[in-house]
Amino acid sequence: MVRLMKGNEAVVAGALYAGCDAFFGYPITPASEIAHAAAEWLPAVGRVFIQAECETASINMVYGAGAAGKLAMTATSGPGMSLMQEGLSYMAGTGIPGVVVNIQRAGPALGNVYTEQADYNQAVKGGGHGSYHAMVLAPASVQELCDGTMRAFALAFQYRTPVIVLSDAAQGQMTESMRLPVVEHDRPAGVAAWAVQGTAASRGNLHTSIFLDVDVLEGINRDLQRKYAAMQVEAAAEEYRIDDAEVVFLAYGTSSRIARTAVDQLRATGVRAGLFRPLTLFPFPREALCRLADRKLVVVEMSCGQFREDVIGQFAAGIRKVPEVQLVHRMGGVLVSVDAVAEAARKLV
Amino acid sequence: MSTKRTVGMFESFDRSGRATRSSHYCAGCGHGILHKLITEALVELGLQDRTVVVSPIGCAVFGYYYWDVGNIGAAHGRAPAVATAVSRTIPQAVVVAYQGDGDLAAIGFNCAVQAANRGERMVTFMVNNCTYGMTGGQMSPTSLLGQRTLTSPQGREAATEGHPLRVAELFNQLQAPVYIARCSVADTKRIFQTKQIVRKALELQRDGKGYAYVEVLSPCPTAMGLDALASARFTAEQMEQVFPLGVIRDHSTQAVPLPPPAPACSVPDFFARYRDRDFPAPVEDATYTERRMIVAGSGGQGILVLGLCLIEAGALAQRFVTWYPTYGPEQRGGFASCALVIGGRTIGSPHVEHPDILVCLTRPMLERFLPLVKPGGVVFCDTMILGPDAPSRPDVRIVAVPATELAAANGSSRAANTVMLTALLHTRVTGLPEEAILHARDATLRKKPSLIALNRHVFDAGLAWCRQNLP
Ligand code: SF4
Repeated sequence: MVRLMKGNEAVVAGALYAGCDAFFGYPITPASEIAHAAAEWLPAVGRVFIQAECETASINMVYGAGAAGKLAMTATSGPGMSLMQEGLSYMAGTGIPGVVVNIQRAGPALGNVYTEQADYNQAVKGGGHGSYHAMVLAPASVQELCDGTMRAFALAFQYRTPVIVLSDAAQGQMTESMRLPVVEHDRPAGVAAWAVQGTAASRGNLHTSIFLDVDVLEGINRDLQRKYAAMQVEAAAEEYRIDDAEVVFLAYGTSSRIARTAVDQLRATGVRAGLFRPLTLFPFPREALCRLADRKLVVVEMSCGQFREDVIGQFAAGIRKVPEVQLVHRMGGVLVSVDAVAEAARKLV
Repeated sequence: MSTKRTVGMFESFDRSGRATRSSHYCAGCGHGILHKLITEALVELGLQDRTVVVSPIGCAVFGYYYWDVGNIGAAHGRAPAVATAVSRTIPQAVVVAYQGDGDLAAIGFNCAVQAANRGERMVTFMVNNCTYGMTGGQMSPTSLLGQRTLTSPQGREAATEGHPLRVAELFNQLQAPVYIARCSVADTKRIFQTKQIVRKALELQRDGKGYAYVEVLSPCPTAMGLDALASARFTAEQMEQVFPLGVIRDHSTQAVPLPPPAPACSVPDFFARYRDRDFPAPVEDATYTERRMIVAGSGGQGILVLGLCLIEAGALAQRFVTWYPTYGPEQRGGFASCALVIGGRTIGSPHVEHPDILVCLTRPMLERFLPLVKPGGVVFCDTMILGPDAPSRPDVRIVAVPATELAAANGSSRAANTVMLTALLHTRVTGLPEEAILHARDATLRKKPSLIALNRHVFDAGLAWCRQNLP
């Protein structure tokens, strides 16, 4: 079934097909339509919707339902995401699965409700206290918001980790045609072993994150880092017209779509341009990126250069050599223009 | 806590990391007594296998050393949110949120009062010892006036630190709670009363009857800087002057368990309800030139609907489509515009910087967007916004249509967008087949079917005008 759907609604469609048991949310532009759809659709199929009293409550409800082995999610934008950081640290530290969709708006502070990608570091580097990461997926279309949310649940339970779907206002507000998933996912396996469900079988199960013994806590930290290393197999990227490309744009999410249009325009005028687009931001598709070290590279993003900094770090970690990486960016809710992106490439060839 | 084994608690508290039978609580602490009362009641009521305890941050953070039931540790103040989620997603569970006065009445007060106000099926036990025990004895919202703590070294002052917060009495202002009580573990007589109250609150949970709040006055000799006896006396005498004991509310006989949820449909069946919104899958078509368009005007002119109608026609014609509206405060300011792209392959940027086609119903929007139109592009405007001083460009084709006038003359001044649709159809600028446009014209009114006939009438009048007046 192909439907025309708003990105924010596609999130809920993906969640339902994933088997999402509960949505906990609090209104915030430009993410509110996710809660609107969840409030209507989840009860219709016998699932739970609660409008929480604040984002702190939302994320702790996700934590509670996740601790019970249920598929739970929330969705928000910048300021709400900031309020959720403590809860995300608890989820990561305790090994509680759950999904958080961030329809990024422009910051800092109240900022405005238009598109930015400035929550990159917050999402990818941990964001809360302690040495942890959430897994971060980077959709760029309505279809990918649906599919990404669905996949986020599977990953969250496979790794017992919070997964952030790092979207933005443009994706949330746009309407595109989208294939609905064909079947509902099976419920995640192995949950009974750890979930606290108020049953005889789960009576001995426990979720806590306080470890006064420093050696024990160091061990838990080491386990977490091993888990993050194991996640590397999930790293993925999409490459577009990259084989013979002299200039390669590096971009994720909505910026990658702008760069894609620039690639086509450049190719039409004889400039060999291509696009490298991470589909996962944590883990980062480092190996694939490092294969591009000999190209002319231009990062396109809607933040101060947070993504570029990470790209540079990935090169340094991957091949101990950092090529020159140009930056085309806008901030404050202004979309990068195709013209500016194409111009940056022309200057390089 | 004594070393005598309580049924429902672990025999040896191995979870503390040591095989021990003594608890981590200080001598004379009230927590251990309440732990016992809760577990005894759970066992007596046969609830051990149904129970999930959500433990707080505070001295009871290690409650899981003792309780032989499912346990989830919550962030500071968030036990009610965690408990809410467990209770809603596992309806048969008996859910206990165990909190202290700092955890509940300070950092987590909103979560606590909101869960109580929603009437969640759970019991909250708030251990009130007038202080933050775990962090060494700071002032809490329930500290008594004049009470010296690490953060009220001169004694709590009403003028600057407020009065002790009486949570039970505050919760008694809410409609939803079924049971509200305050009790104490300061001495044997009081412990006996507390036992009854704890049991009652858990019975209500067993029967799924709703929210119960039980506040338990409890000695904390360590933070109070008193010996066990003096601390118990303080709890019984001084605290009770501010926090009187008793059952404050008992609606247990009126309360009814939630009815079982209505039968729900499957997810695929749910989406199949909207079969009329199915579209064929888009197909790659290199012969179709991508159209990038902007439709602009003001709120109430059907700007966004016209855009949606066009992408719906595009989707029907198996094109790739994207529609991106203005939203947020800009929309409330009276402006309305949307960008849309219809193409023969995957669409890159959803943002239309330089439209091939601009449809404009107000002058300010024409002034804003005309300069952006691609050379060779087409601009459709309402005749009434043009005039001798209207902006113009020699390198774009401007098509003037008396859209508002025609719409009004045919019964709906709000259907100027429909007249514009006829101009788009007549001039064939979108490259979309007529059937798709006609179908989309009606389909975008699927939520207001009563308007379809009128809209068709306006459409016919518009098309007739276009045939007569446009090349
Ligand atoms: S500090 Fe107070 S509340 Fe904490 S264990 Fe000691 S007596 Fe009990």
